[in-house]
Amino acid sequence: MTEQQLRAAAVSAVAQALALGATGAECTIASGSEFSVTVRLGEVEKLKEADSCGAGLRVLLGQRQGSSYTSDLSAEGVRQMVTSALEIARITEADPYAGLPEADELGQLTQDLGLASELTLSAAEKIDWAKRAEKAALSADARLTNSDGASFDSHTGVRVFANSRGFAGSYTSTYCSLSAVPVAKSDERMERDYWFSIGRDHTRLESPEQIGRRAAERVLRRLGARKIATQMATVVFEPRTARSLVGHVFAAVTGDAIYRKSSFLLDKIGQVVASPAVTIVDDPTLPGLFGSAPFDDEGVPGRRNLIIENGVLQTYLLHTYTARKLGRKTTGNASRGLTGSPGTGHGNLYLEAGALPPEELLRQVGHGLYVTELIGQGVNTVNGDYSRGASGIWIENGELTYPVTEVTVAGNLSEMLKNVLFIGNDLEFLGSTAAPTLALGGMTVSGVQ
Amino acid sequence: MSLSSSFFGSKFGITERDLDRYLAEALGRGADYADLYFEYLATSSISLDESIVKSATQGVSLGVGVRVIAGERTGYAYSDDLSPEKILKAAATAACIADSPAKVDTVGLTPARQHDLYPVLRAPIDQPLAERVQFVKRADAAARAADARVIQVQSTYADSLRHVLVATSDGKLSFDRQPMARLNVSVLARQGEGTPQQGYSGGGGRVGLDYFTGASAPEAFAREAVRLAIVQLDATEAPAGESVVVLGPGWPGVLLHEAVGHGLEADFNRKGTSVFSGRVGQKVASELCTVIDDGTIDNRRGSLNVDDEANPTRQNVLIENGILRGYLTDELSARLTGGRSTGSGRRENYQHIPMPRMTNTFMLSGAATPEEIIRSVKKGIYCANFGGGQVDITSGNFVFSASESYLIEDGKLTRPVRGATLIGNGPEAMQYISMVGNDLKLDQGVGICGKDGQSVPVGVGIPTVRIDKMTVGGTARV
Repeated sequence: MTEQQLRAAAVSAVAQALALGATGAECTIASGSEFSVTVRLGEVEKLKEADSCGAGLRVLLGQRQGSSYTSDLSAEGVRQMVTSALEIARITEADPYAGLPEADELGQLTQDLGLASELTLSAAEKIDWAKRAEKAALSADARLTNSDGASFDSHTGVRVFANSRGFAGSYTSTYCSLSAVPVAKSDERMERDYWFSIGRDHTRLESPEQIGRRAAERVLRRLGARKIATQMATVVFEPRTARSLVGHVFAAVTGDAIYRKSSFLLDKIGQVVASPAVTIVDDPTLPGLFGSAPFDDEGVPGRRNLIIENGVLQTYLLHTYTARKLGRKTTGNASRGLTGSPGTGHGNLYLEAGALPPEELLRQVGHGLYVTELIGQGVNTVNGDYSRGASGIWIENGELTYPVTEVTVAGNLSEMLKNVLFIGNDLEFLGSTAAPTLALGGMTVSGVQ
Repeated sequence: MSLSSSFFGSKFGITERDLDRYLAEALGRGADYADLYFEYLATSSISLDESIVKSATQGVSLGVGVRVIAGERTGYAYSDDLSPEKILKAAATAACIADSPAKVDTVGLTPARQHDLYPVLRAPIDQPLAERVQFVKRADAAARAADARVIQVQSTYADSLRHVLVATSDGKLSFDRQPMARLNVSVLARQGEGTPQQGYSGGGGRVGLDYFTGASAPEAFAREAVRLAIVQLDATEAPAGESVVVLGPGWPGVLLHEAVGHGLEADFNRKGTSVFSGRVGQKVASELCTVIDDGTIDNRRGSLNVDDEANPTRQNVLIENGILRGYLTDELSARLTGGRSTGSGRRENYQHIPMPRMTNTFMLSGAATPEEIIRSVKKGIYCANFGGGQVDITSGNFVFSASESYLIEDGKLTRPVRGATLIGNGPEAMQYISMVGNDLKLDQGVGICGKDGQSVPVGVGIPTVRIDKMTVGGTARV
C-alpha cells in the first residue's frame, strides 16, 4: 500500500471506532521493507528480503481504554481490530488521567528532517560491500583467523498516525548499515569485536575498508587481556559505552518512573544532580539524525528538551498521560509500538561534547580503566545501583597500555553523575543516543583478590 | 492429525498440493533443502497499576516464512498475506540464494512424530476476559495487604496461543498448538523517607488457567515480590572482588544458560567462534556437573512438542560428569556437520530464520544437602535470585546480576546485600563448582532469551551449588 492508502486506512479505523461507540481513538500503522545480507569468509551466508505491515489501535470509552493490533490491513482485518479494541476496553477501569492530547497540542514539524533518501545500491553491490568490509578486517593481521561475518542491512519504513481529534500524519524514513565482526586468536584465547556505520543512504557510510580496519583494530587490542586487582579507580567510557549512561539517565527522568516514585532522580528538579560540566539534551528536531521525527507517537510535534543543564535537572520527559499525572504539559515524548498504550521515548538523546580531545582526556586522567565493552543488565534506576561486566584497556601515565578482561565496574548513578571529571570533544551520532568520551572518578573496579 | 483437519487446513484451506507447489518454487533455482513456516499468533495482556486496570491489549499476527538452504547459504523471505501469489513470490525471493547445480525434489509430506506436552484443552486466551482480569486485581490486593511499606504495585497478566504448520522439502510435516500464559508482579517498598526498593516475581508456562492456584496463585507471586522488596530495605553494599559464591536452587540456573548454554549452540561451534568449539569429549566443568537441555518437560515455558523446523524436541545431555558431550543443533548445522538435529531449531516468529536455541536448561542434583553447602563456607555470598545475564561466546566471559543475595559468615547466612553483577569465564567458572546440592528446582516460568535480535521463551534450573571462586561486582571491599 502507498503512504496515502495507509493514511486512509488509519483514518478509517479511527472513524469506525467512533461509529461503534468509542469516545476517542488513535491508530498507528507501520509498514516497511527490509533487506539484509551476511557474508562470512568471502561467501554469502544469509540473505533475507521481505515487506511487512501492521496496525495498532487505542480506543477510549470515557475514561477506560483498550487497544488491539493486527498484521491484516484488509478491510475485514481492520474491522476486526476495531471490534477487538472495543471489546477489551470494556474490561478495563476508569482512569481519571486517561485521554488523547488536547487539539492545540497536536501538530508536526514542517522543516525537512532528512529522514529519507534514495536507496540505490543493488543487491549485488550490497553483497560486494559486505565482502570488502570482511576482507579488509581479516587481511589486517595474521592473528585474525576467523569471522562472524559482515552484514549490509537496509530498511525503508512508513509510519502513519491518526486520531479522533483530527490529526493525520505520516513520514517515510530510510537507513542502511554496514558492519564487520572479525575473530582473533592468540595463545588459545579468542576474542571478537565489531565496527559499524549507519546512514540514511549508502553515501553517508564509512567505506567498507575503513569499517573492516576499525573492526580489526578493536579486536586486536583485546588480545592478551589480563585480570586486574580489585580497586577504586577512574573509569573512562569510550563513546560506544558512554552512551549507555545517558540511557540510564533517560530511564530515570521518564514521567512513568517519576509518578511511580521509581527513580533515583525523583523530586530533584532544580537541584544539582551531576557535575557542572554535564548537559544532557533530547532533541528530535535535528536534521538527518536517527532519533528525529516530525511528531511523537501521540501526534505532538517534537521539541528540544534540556534535561540536565550544567549539572542541574531541568525537566522530566512526558507524554500526555504522565504529564496529566504530574500536573504538567506533554514534552512530546510519547512512544509506542503497535500494541498497548503510549510509553516514554526520546529523539536524539545526547550528552553535550566537552573541549578535550580523547588523547588529552586520557593524559589528564593519568591512571584508570578505559572501558570498551559493557555486558549485562546490572543497573537499577530506582535506587541508582550500578554494577556491570566490563572489558577494556588499562590507562597508565595517560596512555592506553594492556587490555583488561573479566572485571565489573560499580557505583551508584547518583554519585557517578556528580563524579564526571572530564568530557571529550568526540560526540558522534551512531543511533538515537550518543555521548562523547567520559571520565568518572571513584568507581569500584572488581577483579581478582 | 491430518492437514485438512489442522488449523491452517481448516481455517485457511491450505492443502498438500499448495505446500508442494510452494516448496517446488523454493527449490526452483537448485538447492539442498527448503521449508515453510506458517504461523498464526493471538495474544492478549492486561495491566494493573495504582490499583486500576489501566490498559488491556489483544491482537493477531499471521504470516509465512520461506527458507532455502544451498550449502552453507540461506535465503529467506516472508509474507504476512497467505494468498498463493504472495507465498510463491516469497518462495522465489528465497530461492535466489541458490545458484548451485544441486537439485533435489520434494518428497511426499508425512506428519512428523511429536509429543503432546501441553494438552491444555482450553487455552487461557479462549477463556472469558473477565476471569483473567481477576488475576491482576488479586495480585494487587495481596501485595498491598502483605506489608504496610508497599507503596506501588504493578501487575501484568499476558497469554498467547500460537498455531504453527511446518512443511519441509525432505517430507516432514508438523502442526502444533502452543499455549502460553504468564503473570508478573512488581512492587516498590519504602521505609519512612528512605530509598524505595523493588521486588519482582512471576510465573507461568504452557498451561491452562487452573495453573494459577496454590503455590502459583496471584497471591503467592504478590507475597514473594513483597518479600524481595522488603529484604532489600535492609540490604547493605555488596562485596567487591573474588569470593566463594553459593547459588540457591531454581532461577540461579541462569548461570548454566550463560556460562555454557549459549557457547554450546552449534552455529557458533560449526564456525569455530565459541570458546567450546572442538572440545566435545573434553573436560569443561567439574565432574560434579551434568547439564541437560530438555524441551520435553510437561507444560514448561521452554518446552515444545516439535521445534520450528518440524524436528521433535528431545532431552539433550550437554555435559556429563564434567565432560562435554554435544552441541545443540538445528537443521542447517546438522546438515553441515553430518549429524542429526537435536530438535533445537527455534525462531521468534515467521519473520525470522531459525537458529540453534536452548529450551529448558538445568543441572542434575548431586549428593550434598543445601545446609551442608552453606555450612562449608567461612566467608562468601549466597545468591538466591537473579535478574538477567549475558555472555560473549567467543571469549567465554559471562555475567549475571543477583537481585537477592546474603553474606555467608562462618557457615551462616547473615546480612542481605544489594544487587550486584557476577562475572566469570564459562569453562573456568564451571571447573570451580565444588559442591552440588540434592535440591534441583526449575524456575517459575518467566525466562526470555535473546540472540541475534530474536527472543524466545526458555526455562532454567539448578540445585544449590558452591562455586569456589567468582568475581562479585559490588562496591564494598571484601
